Amino acid sequence: MSEAAVGYERDSTIPLGGPPETMAARILRSGRMTLGGGLLLLIVLACLLSMPWTLSESSGFGYGKQYETKVRAEPEPTAVGLFGYDVLGRSLVARCLLGGTISLAVGVAAALIAVVLGVTVGLIAGYAGGWIDSTLMRIVDILYGLPYILLVILFKIALEDPITSLIAMMQGSSPSFSAGQAANLIVMFLAIGLVSWLTMARVVRGQVLSIRSMPYIEACRSMGLPTTRIFIQHVLPNLVGPITVYATLTVPSAILQESFLSFLGVGVRPPLPTWGSLASEGITALSPVKVYWWMLLFPCLLLMFTLLCLNFVGDGLRDLFDPKREASKV
Amino acid sequence: MPRILLYRLLQLPLILAVIYVTTFILVWVAPGDPFSGERAVDPVVEQTLREKYRAGSAVQFLTYYPYSILTRGDFGPSMLYKEWSVNDIVKSSLPVSIALGVFALAIAVLIGVGVGTLAAVYRDGVLDWSSLSISLIGISLPSFVTAALLLLLSSAPSMQGFFAVGSWGRPMDVVLPGLALSLAPMAYIVRLTRASMLDVLGSDFVRTARAKGLSKSVVVWKHCLKNAFVPVLSYLGPAAAVTLTGSFVVEKVFNIPGLGQHFVNSVLNRDQTLILGVVMVYSLFLLVFNLLVDVAYVLVDPRIDISAKGT
Repeated sequence: MSEAAVGYERDSTIPLGGPPETMAARILRSGRMTLGGGLLLLIVLACLLSMPWTLSESSGFGYGKQYETKVRAEPEPTAVGLFGYDVLGRSLVARCLLGGTISLAVGVAAALIAVVLGVTVGLIAGYAGGWIDSTLMRIVDILYGLPYILLVILFKIALEDPITSLIAMMQGSSPSFSAGQAANLIVMFLAIGLVSWLTMARVVRGQVLSIRSMPYIEACRSMGLPTTRIFIQHVLPNLVGPITVYATLTVPSAILQESFLSFLGVGVRPPLPTWGSLASEGITALSPVKVYWWMLLFPCLLLMFTLLCLNFVGDGLRDLFDPKREASKV
Repeated sequence: MPRILLYRLLQLPLILAVIYVTTFILVWVAPGDPFSGERAVDPVVEQTLREKYRAGSAVQFLTYYPYSILTRGDFGPSMLYKEWSVNDIVKSSLPVSIALGVFALAIAVLIGVGVGTLAAVYRDGVLDWSSLSISLIGISLPSFVTAALLLLLSSAPSMQGFFAVGSWGRPMDVVLPGLALSLAPMAYIVRLTRASMLDVLGSDFVRTARAKGLSKSVVVWKHCLKNAFVPVLSYLGPAAAVTLTGSFVVEKVFNIPGLGQHFVNSVLNRDQTLILGVVMVYSLFLLVFNLLVDVAYVLVDPRIDISAKGT
């Protein structure tokens, strides 16, 4: 009893720190986060563990050879063929799982880039202040003022060729199909990551500005601590909360952005699928004459489900890290 | 307040100029241009084309076009649609996008604020849960899927006569694409309204107002909504700019001649003059709407001091 009370006290006064057990316990206490996180974990595991099968010839990866035999016989979802087959006779369940792996990878990579870039810029701007701050923030403002689609496509165009030849150089051969495919994936990660860091930079800068003016930082400085140490030991730990929240919320938005690029035909290059490209294939397969409903339904369901879970986890984290919000909820 | 407004208005052309140069640099740095297509073009022809469009050197491009924009308001000819000037393209497609965007934004704000408020008032009720799940679905589904499903719905036999598929010009034609366009902002507005309304409903002045004998509906819709509207307002600035300049997906799915398609097509074709034209339109919208939002802040909540913001 008394222990729980102490734990609660500690949490309400120092919302971002606290012993790890308490944090884990709080995460478990929040119902929708457990639900969202658990389901998310299931989807991720299913996607990752099935990779040896989804990438193999037997599931129809590469261009399916089973068109004649399977599609003509039973293209629709059955107990055996689970999600059914796509137009080229590839198993849709394998495509969905592999597409999930790639979509999630795009999301996570974009979030990582957003964290690294956004936190660096935000920290420097917030801590240095003065002209460095205003220059960096004006750059962020201007990039915000440009339509995001322009930036993504231009980044992609600019990065594609150099990275392809770089990979080919590392392999010691001329640019091949697989080198192009790998470069395309890396470019997708980079291009979406490079447009996602702006919000992060703004949030981190705002936090640093408010932390910097706190008395304890002044105390650190008066005690003669070097700037780097104040940064790493006293400022950064207080930023973990907002950074985690925004990183979690960047993942679903990056996945959606990739799906939009797939719809435009400038996303991840086929035959590699993503949920976005599967959904847009499903849209094209949708005709009033013969309805291939499964090609649209399953990728969309998976996409929606995953994004819902990610949003649940992100919102839950925000509630955890923001004591004011939680107070207003009680 | 008037001084701040004047200052912000004077800043506007400067920011636009910086955005112009930035966009040009981005487009210039990216490899490829509209004249180096997949088909081999006679070098002489290519040279002539480059000279015609002043795309030979960056300096020439950056001196000629800003001059013509400033003196004549002329953004030059489109490099891809050879018969069209950028001004003509914007003039013919922007009104379409604005008509669609105003409709979509109006639905989004009306339904979003209404449902969000009701969800906060009847918290944890059926309405709250259903609005939350609908808004999450709105955020989680790609817009091309929702747009295509709406289109499919409209082509059902029972709907025929109400909506013509892929037509534009009648007042009814704005309904379905407008609905498709409004879903994403509506979802955000529902969530924002609900969250801030919950904060406001817990504050002391609400209890005081109720204790004084004001009816629940007056307190909620008059006193609380005004305070809860501030976060929605700050979202509305950028959202209005995005919605009014058109959406590529909705325009493509419903076959609408709006401005949104040019954002994507111009970049994909590296149509440099058209890119600069549409980016300037978008930036102007964004800046003006952000300015309007700042003015609206003061009208909604006189305590907000916009001179302290953004400096």
